[in-house]
Amino acid sequence: MTDNVPIVRLDRVQKSFGAARVLDGVSFDVQRGEVVAIVGKSGSGKSTALRCIDRLETIDGGQITVCGQSLDSPSLDLRRLRREVGIVFQSYNLFPHLTVMQNVSLALRKVRRKSAAEAATIAQRVLHQVGMADKAQAYPEQLSGGQQQRVAIARSLAMEPQLMLFDEVTSALDPELTGEVLQVMESLARGGMTMILVTHEMAFAAKVANQIIFMHAGRVHEAGGPEILAAPQTPELRRFVGNGL
Amino acid sequence: MNNEFNANHLMYLLHGAAWTLGLSAVGFVGGSLLGFVVALGRIAPSRWLRGSVMVYVQLVQGTPLLILMFLAYFGLSIAGLDVSPLVAAGLAMTVYASAYLGEIWRGSLQSVPRTQWEAAECLSFSASQRLFLIIVPQALRIATPPTVGFLVQIVKNTSLASVVGFIELARAGQVINNALFEPFLVFSIMAVLYFALCYPLSLWAHALETRLQVGRRVPLGT
Repeated sequence: MTDNVPIVRLDRVQKSFGAARVLDGVSFDVQRGEVVAIVGKSGSGKSTALRCIDRLETIDGGQITVCGQSLDSPSLDLRRLRREVGIVFQSYNLFPHLTVMQNVSLALRKVRRKSAAEAATIAQRVLHQVGMADKAQAYPEQLSGGQQQRVAIARSLAMEPQLMLFDEVTSALDPELTGEVLQVMESLARGGMTMILVTHEMAFAAKVANQIIFMHAGRVHEAGGPEILAAPQTPELRRFVGNGL
Repeated sequence: MNNEFNANHLMYLLHGAAWTLGLSAVGFVGGSLLGFVVALGRIAPSRWLRGSVMVYVQLVQGTPLLILMFLAYFGLSIAGLDVSPLVAAGLAMTVYASAYLGEIWRGSLQSVPRTQWEAAECLSFSASQRLFLIIVPQALRIATPPTVGFLVQIVKNTSLASVVGFIELARAGQVINNALFEPFLVFSIMAVLYFALCYPLSLWAHALETRLQVGRRVPLGT
């Protein structure tokens, strides 16, 4: 890492849904090349924090900076910023009316303005990367959940983002399919991709992440290297990993 | 005209049927264009816009088409515009169809999961790209059967254009019956002709539905 400017910075972020305060002063930094795992109980605000980074949710207080741009800046070009940020969802959200190939190449052609041939080449490459090149002509419904999720990862990768967000991407999958998706994510991490993942896969987080953020009641309750999962400092994290590992 | 139903009468009816088709086409094309705007207005982010479009839909759906015909014909002449029955009837059919098609399509657009908008947004598609590349193609499959079904309603409801002197199938039948006074025969022939216009539409709707089902892809496990 040559520069110390974090690619993502959350600074005392506040977010409420109605009367419920979901994020209550959340701060953390993510450096380029880092893999950050956000863990915590359901309802601890971890998914919301992730969605705020891609501005799928707006925040009520504090500040978020992504790729050097403040998300509340009036001059923010959200479409431009989102080209730098890929996001993968728990429910895949592939476009059901398009083939795997079209799912991956559509944004390349229409957003990145690449030629059909160029888009197809890139799509082939990323599909190969996630092990789905042989299913390029299939429709999403013909694929298993794990395969769909790998295509969704490829669709984000095709845009060559600087940062990838993963929102509980294996939560809808059975253990076998979870494995194939985690494998893809692990190789991405090894390739140097900056990643922020919200996950319940504690073993995976311990193995791949270099920063663990444990969220509890809308706050960062404990944070540090993967070793905190083995030796938690707070009773809340101890109780949490006690159930998880 | 003679007192017996003959080939000339049949030709007159067929001619009326052609105008029925023409008026249906005007109503469908006009209603589709305006209806798409209505559908977009109904899902617009602006509350004010959504509200005004809903008032339009409620007003039109709460008014008999017969009254819309009168309003278009006499209303426009009072406003100083000299309109032909075709223009008045076409306008009334357009307004009528736009309210119903708009609501059918609003429902279809809204039946596409919100997460599809979100996924498209995260891939940096522009608002119109999200709509036309991602949402509309999915909504189309859902919208097609009720849309073609409504086309049958349009064809049948053109019969109300007879009140503004537009000579379509129903009006042509009345004219012939006034001359021959053979209501059962004349109206039976009219019924057959209406059925001949509408049944192919129903078949077409069914064929489209089957064809679109082949390409219909629903995500598993969501």
